[in-house]
Amino acid sequence: MTQPLLELDQLRTYFVSAKGTRVVKAVDGVSFTLNEGETMGVVGESGSGKTVTSLSILRLLPPAARIVGGEIRFAGENLVAKSEREMQRVRGSQITMILQDPLMSLNPLFTIGEQIAEPLRVHRSMRGQSLVERIKELLRGVRIPSPEVRMREYPHQMSGGMRQRIVGAIGISCEPRLLIADEPTTSLDVTIQAQYLSLLKDIQKRSGLAMIFITHNMGIVAKMCDKVGVMYAGRLVERAPVRTIFTKPAHPYTEALLNAMPKLTEKTERLWSIEGQPPDLANLPPGCPFSPRCPKAEDRCHREVPPEFQVGDHHHTRCWLWERR
Amino acid sequence: MSETLLELRDLKKYFPVTKGIIFQKPVGWVKAVDGVSYAIGAGETLGLVGESGCGKTTTSKLILMLEKPTGGTIVFRGQDIQALQGDGLKTYRRNVQAVFQDPFSSLNPRIRVGDIIAEPLVVNDAPPKAEVKARVRELLHLVGLNPSAEYLFPHEFSGGQRQRIAIARALSLNPSLIVLDEPVSALDVSIRAQIMNLLQDLQQQFGLSYLLIAHDLAAVLHLSTNIAVMYLGKLVEFGTSDDLRYKPLHPYTQALFSAALPSHPDEQREELILSGEVPSPLNPPSGCRFHPRCPFAKSVCSEVEPVLKTAAGGHQVACHLY
Repeated sequence: MTQPLLELDQLRTYFVSAKGTRVVKAVDGVSFTLNEGETMGVVGESGSGKTVTSLSILRLLPPAARIVGGEIRFAGENLVAKSEREMQRVRGSQITMILQDPLMSLNPLFTIGEQIAEPLRVHRSMRGQSLVERIKELLRGVRIPSPEVRMREYPHQMSGGMRQRIVGAIGISCEPRLLIADEPTTSLDVTIQAQYLSLLKDIQKRSGLAMIFITHNMGIVAKMCDKVGVMYAGRLVERAPVRTIFTKPAHPYTEALLNAMPKLTEKTERLWSIEGQPPDLANLPPGCPFSPRCPKAEDRCHREVPPEFQVGDHHHTRCWLWERR
Repeated sequence: MSETLLELRDLKKYFPVTKGIIFQKPVGWVKAVDGVSYAIGAGETLGLVGESGCGKTTTSKLILMLEKPTGGTIVFRGQDIQALQGDGLKTYRRNVQAVFQDPFSSLNPRIRVGDIIAEPLVVNDAPPKAEVKARVRELLHLVGLNPSAEYLFPHEFSGGQRQRIAIARALSLNPSLIVLDEPVSALDVSIRAQIMNLLQDLQQQFGLSYLLIAHDLAAVLHLSTNIAVMYLGKLVEFGTSDDLRYKPLHPYTQALFSAALPSHPDEQREELILSGEVPSPLNPPSGCRFHPRCPFAKSVCSEVEPVLKTAAGGHQVACHLY
């Protein structure tokens, strides 16, 4: 088997307070692998550690957060051990990220063309006419009409969908091998969301890049991803190929997430709801963090943290229910 | 169909676009809501769907009397609400309440939860303190919160709990209609189902009517009795949620369905991805407003504006294809 493009091995990212008295385990032992050209969906609620995981891969964590353990191997190299200088060469050129709100990720004072040019200048040392040509090509690639005009305009002159496509163009400008998309469509309308998702799929087909899709929407996962990791309270509670997750979810949380979603094509009388609130990461319950809300919890779940069990081919879950099998 | 509670008749709201700072000259009109008619029955939920800028929120503001309509009427229990005065107006206002999208900005952070819920009561009836307190307790219980929540501030609650507080406040005056403007879209997935179930329970218990505004089509279908689809201020389709679920007629509705996310990776659906974006309401396209994006557009579509036609079972559609 060939080497995976990205391999997370027991990644742990903690937030530590100034005096070191309070520790929040935002990411606690997350492992997964991603091959070239694959799309992985990371699903979870707010505060489950999805975004911190992706920021850890890029090493763009806020000052209070620290990677305290584990390895992130990207194309065979451990990103955790790299210096800041070396990381700068990876970011924007090998790994790029698209954030949720395109208005926040674009600088309002620079033209679209300037902003797409920046990574190309820095990483690819492009200048002059070839740079302009490349910018136009990228804008056409994300289906922006009349790129010659648009590249001289500012972000406020574009609609939300166009801005997000511009961010996409910046993301793929240096032909990265991995694109991390953090809830890229939450601020968009449904029809624009559908346009954007099909655009991302097209780009992926053309360039064979790997993607990590961070979302809380199982529908996006169903549409876009090859495999899925479900996060809860900083841990990956289940990972499996996408069809397995939807047909045979192993973890009660995954099952509940799927059942809590109203269906478009069939009528449901009542939704299955997960009682209670997502846990406070600074004050996790002992044992499995999902146990207080889990309908299938046993005594042991409240006492011991479950390790990862193998359920099937490429299908792992952290749940005591699978120990006996 | 049950008894009609609220009816919109050819409702219009135009916003002027002005030029100049002191002597403002109107140079155009944004037709945010342009001749919309539909009815909400007692105990029913009407779902209002459409993209941003289609006039959903303006419609709800008109119903809440936060904006004055440019034309048309809103009829509540047989009475035109613009003609209401004094007690009649007061009764209307207490009968129509609202729950908004973002429970972080719709609750005053400096007021205790008990007072937030009691405020409508105190303002309207000013009952004795003990009664207010008992009612607040009752409401907290209804929405599934602990009675001790009364003494806490909004920041001490999570998003889902705050939305419960907002619902309790809306319920405090025993309204007959609640306008729900994106009530679950700011919430986490696992919490959404809780709130949707709560809304359904309360509807059954009190025979409430809801006007539900949301862009998550699956959620709207799940909660609604009837659904109205809007595009650029116009009503393009109206029908029961089953009508729309199983046979959406208007190409725009079909496109919305096709754009909605699948619930299973193997789910096969006709791909009907719309090109382009919603045109500016300042200068809407001639004829059918949807024709520049419509895959089935004919020449007549750009010339003549389609009228709302009624098909079998009260299913209405405004499209030249039918």
